[in-house]
Amino acid sequence: MLEIGQKAPDFTLPGVDGVEHSLADLLARHQAVVVIFSCNHCPYVRAWEDRMIAIQRDYADRGVVLVAINPNDAVKYPEDDFESMKKRAAERGFNFLYLRDESQDVARAYGATHTPHVFLLDASGTLRYRGAIDDNYSDPDAVEFSYLRDALEAVLAGRDPERAVTDAVGCTVKWK
Amino acid sequence: MRIHFLYWAECPSHPEAWQRLQRVLTELGLQAEIERIEIRTDEEAEHWKFPGSPTILVEGRDIDPTGAGLPSRLTCRLYHLENGRPSPVPSETMIRRALEAALKES
Repeated sequence: MLEIGQKAPDFTLPGVDGVEHSLADLLARHQAVVVIFSCNHCPYVRAWEDRMIAIQRDYADRGVVLVAINPNDAVKYPEDDFESMKKRAAERGFNFLYLRDESQDVARAYGATHTPHVFLLDASGTLRYRGAIDDNYSDPDAVEFSYLRDALEAVLAGRDPERAVTDAVGCTVKWK
Repeated sequence: MRIHFLYWAECPSHPEAWQRLQRVLTELGLQAEIERIEIRTDEEAEHWKFPGSPTILVEGRDIDPTGAGLPSRLTCRLYHLENGRPSPVPSETMIRRALEAALKES
């Protein structure tokens, strides 16, 4: 699994917006890149989805881009196929990039284990935070620790996040 | 009352669902015969018509009737709370309604 302080592997993946997106290009244009391994079908992802939209909205002006990557096996989980991703993104009005990792190579290279699983990269592509979005999937009003937001504030201020690693909570990645 | 608590160990939502079930049973003062069944394979999921973890059957009936239309498979199950929010765990209200409905029918 990608460790804190390591450079993240590059990737080029197709997005639901019809564009191929590379990490190198995203890093060149942003102060931080939030990679979240995600999917359509997982109820934990669904529970956190509004907060993913809110984070992209709140940090877009500060040079942060959120990139959701779906690596799940779409044979066993057909609602995770590329067409369903496009539909989901349109229905929910995703303001973040939503990419398909059909080969699962990117998920393996990062060591993603769950959806959602967050990997926060600074402008140099170095991993600064890894884990969950916050500490309460079920109730956004009961969140005590906003791990990802806190880590973003630290990274944007040039500091190390207080919590660099938390446990990813969610569905397991559905490997082929 | 007979309850089947079906779960897939790979999905982390079942301990919370189990606690909620226990709390509601205590609150209602119900004695129930609960069978905990771990679903391990696609075949077992098919046999139990298991739409995801956790699934709670009260007298053989799913506490969330929408489960009947879902495919059987090893996955985390999506519930919708009373406020419309998605959740991997059924609410205590949903559990309570199912238990109370079964009581009325008994």
